[in-house]
Amino acid sequence: MAYVAIADRDHEVEHHDPTTFITKYVWSQDHKVIAIQYGITAVFVGLVALVLSGLMRLQLGWPDTFSFITPTDYYQFITMHGMIMVIYLLTALFLGGFGNYLIPLMIGSRDMVFPFMNMLSYWVYLLSVIILLASFFVPGGPTGAGWTLYPPQAILPGTPGTDWGIVLMLGSLAVFIVAFTMGGLNYVTTILQARARGMTLMRMPLSLWGIFMATILGLLAFPALFVSAVMMTLDKAVGTSFFMPAIMSMGETLEHTGGSPILFQHLFWFFGHPEVYIVALPAFGLVSDLLSTHARKNIFGYRMMVWAILAIGGLSFIVWAHHMYVSGMNPYFGFFFATTTLIIAVPTAIKVYNWVLTLWQGNIHLTVPMLFAIAFIFTFTHGGLTGIFLGNVVVDLPLSDTYFVVAHFHMVMGVSPVLVVFGSIYHWYPKMTGRMFNQSLGKWHFWLTFIGVYLIYLPMHYLGFLGVPRRYFAMGDTAFMPESAFELNQAITISALFVGVVQLIFIYNMISSLKNGEKADPNPWRATTLEWQTPDNPPKHGNWGHDLPEVHRWAYDYSVPGYHDDFIPQNVPANPDIPAHDDGSH
Amino acid sequence: MTFTLVFLAIIMATVIGWLLRQTLNTEPWETNDPLENQPGRGVLRVDPAKIGLLSFIAVVTSLFGLFLSAYMMRMKLGDWAPLAEPKLLWVNSGLLVFASIAFQATRGAAKRAQLLTVKTGLLAGGVCTILFLLGQLVAWRQLNAAGYFMTSNPANSFFYILTAIHGLHLLGGMWVWARTTTRVLTGADAESVRLSVELCTVYWHYLLLVWVGLFALLLST
Repeated sequence: MAYVAIADRDHEVEHHDPTTFITKYVWSQDHKVIAIQYGITAVFVGLVALVLSGLMRLQLGWPDTFSFITPTDYYQFITMHGMIMVIYLLTALFLGGFGNYLIPLMIGSRDMVFPFMNMLSYWVYLLSVIILLASFFVPGGPTGAGWTLYPPQAILPGTPGTDWGIVLMLGSLAVFIVAFTMGGLNYVTTILQARARGMTLMRMPLSLWGIFMATILGLLAFPALFVSAVMMTLDKAVGTSFFMPAIMSMGETLEHTGGSPILFQHLFWFFGHPEVYIVALPAFGLVSDLLSTHARKNIFGYRMMVWAILAIGGLSFIVWAHHMYVSGMNPYFGFFFATTTLIIAVPTAIKVYNWVLTLWQGNIHLTVPMLFAIAFIFTFTHGGLTGIFLGNVVVDLPLSDTYFVVAHFHMVMGVSPVLVVFGSIYHWYPKMTGRMFNQSLGKWHFWLTFIGVYLIYLPMHYLGFLGVPRRYFAMGDTAFMPESAFELNQAITISALFVGVVQLIFIYNMISSLKNGEKADPNPWRATTLEWQTPDNPPKHGNWGHDLPEVHRWAYDYSVPGYHDDFIPQNVPANPDIPAHDDGSH
Repeated sequence: MTFTLVFLAIIMATVIGWLLRQTLNTEPWETNDPLENQPGRGVLRVDPAKIGLLSFIAVVTSLFGLFLSAYMMRMKLGDWAPLAEPKLLWVNSGLLVFASIAFQATRGAAKRAQLLTVKTGLLAGGVCTILFLLGQLVAWRQLNAAGYFMTSNPANSFFYILTAIHGLHLLGGMWVWARTTTRVLTGADAESVRLSVELCTVYWHYLLLVWVGLFALLLST
């Protein structure tokens, strides 16, 4: 039997129509509901992590003031904050949330290819979140090993949470990876096999390219975390010596022999660096679409943007050891990894140039999503440049354990993706809910957040240059820290708490607009991509009514000369009324 | 990490190479793409379930590749003492080969719609796999009896963990096998299980390959 693509045998495919409240909103197999479930869970757990960071900042701003924050608590906050933000918020939100919502809609499909597995993916993810949060309530509390969980300290007494916390953390990660794998197989297969007629790979919006490549990275890189989690659990629970060297603890010689903590670091960062791009690539993709739509201009250098995503994906697997310069590695290794790190900056810089050139002479609409998208270019360039500093071994060694690194990775992988998350939520909110959000509240949210994060992280670079060490509970009396550094820490704390509180505006806006927002136009941003062309707003189960859409053009036909509108949706056929592109301007 | 890197380089080169072929020489801004009316250009001409399985196999390969990389890095450290593999492993390997052969035969029978052979093939494949898994458990007991405990040496630890992970993947396959077999035994025809049988066959061959690789590594170190 000759193979027939899914889009061409739509009538044969079962559509598992939900009939009850439970199958519609709880055990739902609809990608849009699953996306929202993922999104709400991720944002909830992210808020927990945000509160933890506020508590840490209180301690750093006014040490010896808050008796309810002990050193043990502090290390537990650091660890949980980092792990939640990177894995349970950002990875889950970009791929489980936006991936789930946008993939079928943007490629013109009715749902994911394996809807049941998609549903399972969410519930297993929720289980991993519950296991993780349970560690707050067990004896000894959550692990305080730092988000990198380096052995031997991660499982030795003295580190907080070595009884239960670390086991729950490792277990939760393993469960998360299972959930991610189920989702990831779905995203890849759906993009490859379920595209509508005419939707060639090169007509896909860049959002999908970013999500697609990030999923491939996740599928190949998460096993490294799985392997290290399994082996560390055995070291802890059974007494093997994969990572644990011969060691004395609390005056006693332990039974471990000869294990290699460096082995753990290799495995961890073999996952950990691609993880940066698992978060960054979807952000790159989404922001490209936001910029293009709200500047009413085609994305500059579409093909180059695609190739840059591919190049970044490939290179991201050979830069991991730049997180380990201080581990005492062979200098030739350091040289190799510094070189690959600087090389990966090239495709990344291409993307930044192309975003800026997309704005150049565009018809820029400073809508709320656009504000966040433009802000992303600033924060990402900023964090990226400090990354080039730290990619060099000689610069990294003195800065590695200072606040410079904290500032760098928060700018590049905290603030930047989160700005894209906000921009994207505002952008697709009218599609997801059928309501418009309150635009002035959105703008207040943007400006206060954007200025606030700079007030937090710019001074941290300066603290880093002073040599203020990261990870410390309190600095005490140190000769190298001037009084101004302590005052700066207080200022940073005030900004951080301020930015934290400002997020309430966002949450209020999202919730109250559900009820009070005015009814949204089906395509309020006048965008070209397929999700805005659905017959219902928000799209109903099955997305497309009776017939699947057919695609006739790429996703960036904005301001085409001679056409009566400044955008041509992807499903509008080519006909003599619409001028062809013959001006050679591409 | 060399092993994993080589493996990943191959996968990434394949993926990126394929994607590049879809993207080179295209002018996405043109509306009149001569190929646009071909259903989903760039869609691989295989069933989505097979793409799903192949992607899963890539994930599992990455997992085993990383375990092997860890194995080789850990092996170089001073306290490594190789263990004496039980002879039973040879028998077990034979069983897994038989299972694979049975699945291969079932796959052919399902294509030719020979229902009886499909039933026998599935049962034979399943029984061989169960025997393999039991055999692995016995091998564990033998090692334990001979004093090769999980914690006494990293070589032992790796042996137990690698065989366990491999066994768990087989158990996952057995779930699909159980569903397929139940369907065949309760009256489904050969055509309706053809895809499941094909997927099982590919998965079993793959896990046999993984086992051969693991066994060779264990024997040679």
